[in-house]
Amino acid sequence: MQIEFYMLDSTLIVALTGEIDHHTCVAIREAVDKTYQKKRAKNLLFDFEKVTFMDSSGIGMLMGRYRVVAIGGGKIGLYNVPKDIEKVLKMANIYKLMKAYSNKQEALKELA
Amino acid sequence: MPKKNEIQIQFLSHSINEAFARVSISAFVAQLDPTVEEIYDIKMAVSEAVTNAIIHGYENKEGIVTVKCSYEDKWVEIEIIDEGKGINSVEEAMTPLYTTSLEEERAGLGFTVMQEMMDEVEVCSHPGLGTTVKMKKSLGK
Repeated sequence: MQIEFYMLDSTLIVALTGEIDHHTCVAIREAVDKTYQKKRAKNLLFDFEKVTFMDSSGIGMLMGRYRVVAIGGGKIGLYNVPKDIEKVLKMANIYKLMKAYSNKQEALKELA
Repeated sequence: MPKKNEIQIQFLSHSINEAFARVSISAFVAQLDPTVEEIYDIKMAVSEAVTNAIIHGYENKEGIVTVKCSYEDKWVEIEIIDEGKGINSVEEAMTPLYTTSLEEERAGLGFTVMQEMMDEVEVCSHPGLGTTVKMKKSLGK
C-alpha cells in the first residue's frame, strides 16, 4: 500500500495505491490522521483510482475518518472509485456519510 | 482439466497473510476460468472470513488459520477454519453492523459481505474450540 498526500487549500488529498484490507488499514489510519492534524486540514478527500481491492475493513476505516473530519467541522469525500469497489461501498451505505465524485475538480468544487 | 480438485493452505494468523490467502484462493479458482467479477467476489469473501479468524478467533494472538478450497464442476467450496475463541451467538454475529471490537473501527459487515458475495454461507462455531466458515458459490450463472 502506497499513500501519497497533498494539500489543496484546506483540503487534504489522500491518493491510495494498492489493496485496502485489515492489514493495510492500520497504516492508512495512522498516516491519514497524523497528516490531517499536522497540516491542519479541514476537508479530506480520498483518490481511489489506484485502489485495486477493498473489503469491509476499508469501510470501518472510512467511517472512522468521517468521525475525525466531522468533529473538526470538515467534509469528507471520495473520487475516481473503481466499479468493483463501488459494490462494497453501496452495501455498507457509506454514501450516507460521504459522496463519491467522478473526479477531483468536481470533488473540490462540491467540498468548497 | 480435472472436474474435481482440492487444495489446503495453512498460515499463521498475521494480518499480512490476509492478502496471501485471498490471492492464493483466487489463483486456484482461476482454473475454472471465472469472470473478473466472480474472482473479485471470492477474494472479498475470503478476505472477510480470514480477517474474522485473525481478529475475533485469535484476537490478534498467534494461531493457525486453515483455508480449504475445492471445486466440482462449477461449484466452488471454501472453508476457513480457526481454532480460536469461537462465537457465542452465531446469529448475533451475523447481524449486519454487529461488532465486538469497538476500538478497532470495525464496520461489522464481514458476514454481510460474505453472504452477498457467495451463494451459501454456513458458520459452525464452538466457544473455546474455534470457528469454521463454509461458503459455496456457483460460477457461470
